[in-house]
Amino acid sequence: MNISLTPSQTVGPFFNFCLTAGKNCVSTIAGPEAKGERVHLTCRVFDGDGLPLDDAMIEIWQADAAGKYKHPDDPRAGTADPACSGFGRMGTRRDGSCEFETIKPGRVPGPHNSLQAPHLNLAVFGRGLLKQLYTRVYFFGDAGNQEDPVLNLVPKNRRETLMALLSSDGRWRFDIHLQGETETVFFDV
Amino acid sequence: MQLKNGSKAVITPYHRPQPGSQPDSLYEPYKSTIRRAPSQPLVFLPHTLSEITGPLYAGSELAETDNDLTRQHPGEPLGERIIVSGRVLDDNGRPVPHTLIEIWQANAAGRYAHAGDQHPAPLDPNFTGAGRTLTDENGAYQFVTIKPGAYPWLNHYNAWRPAHIHLSIFGRAFITRLVTQMYFPGDPLFALDPIFQSIPDEKARQRLVSRFDLETTRPQWGLGYKFDIVLRGPQATPFEGIA
Repeated sequence: MNISLTPSQTVGPFFNFCLTAGKNCVSTIAGPEAKGERVHLTCRVFDGDGLPLDDAMIEIWQADAAGKYKHPDDPRAGTADPACSGFGRMGTRRDGSCEFETIKPGRVPGPHNSLQAPHLNLAVFGRGLLKQLYTRVYFFGDAGNQEDPVLNLVPKNRRETLMALLSSDGRWRFDIHLQGETETVFFDV
Repeated sequence: MQLKNGSKAVITPYHRPQPGSQPDSLYEPYKSTIRRAPSQPLVFLPHTLSEITGPLYAGSELAETDNDLTRQHPGEPLGERIIVSGRVLDDNGRPVPHTLIEIWQANAAGRYAHAGDQHPAPLDPNFTGAGRTLTDENGAYQFVTIKPGAYPWLNHYNAWRPAHIHLSIFGRAFITRLVTQMYFPGDPLFALDPIFQSIPDEKARQRLVSRFDLETTRPQWGLGYKFDIVLRGPQATPFEGIA
């Protein structure tokens, strides 16, 4: 490392005519032809007063159903599912929510021959966020969660903040609390 | 790490940001951080494939005027034409090729083409203020636009943002993602702006100030400004597994 980094600044409140306008707004991470279990995901973002953020942006990056990333640094990228782009980006609405259509990713290799549990990598941007916040979305009840090397770095009593929950209408829900008793775990990446 | 097919994946972790180079999440003079910055410590995450990969943009959807914000409408926008160019590098000094840069900004009067912007300054029917481009194989990029105006905001009494252009850059990995703002040299509002001042290190702050450049200034047409962007880069030596 010999050159100094460019500092981060907030995305501000007025990004949506650029970052989430038209085709730049990406709700479909994996199309209908993609292999794997369909996931309809609703994310919501709340501040320390429990108020929804209507001016946040969420980006998601994920592996395909076989746990492969569509990226040259994943040696298995050549056989990754072409119907799963892996990337989504949405602005939040007045109630702090946005939706993604995707599939449940497979298990991605982790350190020391481990396998990570299925997860989505998620970044939150917004007014008042001087740099994006990174978290992960795991799927409540997945058998892999117990042995996930990243979940095991998180204090037990906070792990549930990283769990998407399946609601009775078949949608997965993931609430992000920037502060408060149920503050979501954010990662230093 | 042993993959199912028997091949070994080599994980090259990325450098962590130098202390002081990035703002903390909480900077009380910027009031919106107070109820939005996490209060719990972040959990340190060793890099896995999930962190060192990220979306790569093909660029096939880019239109010819996407990087010229003065040619996106039938008429010319009002204001001072400028040419903003530079390179995207990683912190090893290597160019970041074919990466997507998106910009957005206020018009010359300091007004955004956004329904939520209530500043009583005129909108310009010939200026939206949004652009996109890909860096070339040397990491170079260029935008043509107009110089944005300063504008008031409600953070504190008589608060004004220095003129700035917002930038969003992907880089090679999900963790190289950068959203930032580019400022113009000599702005009298720097010392009064909590967003600019949120960066602890003065030298780091100055890296957000573009520099006037005569070489890219077009005679009888518009001023050139240079702005290089440095993203996190991979550690020098790849090694197997993590931590």
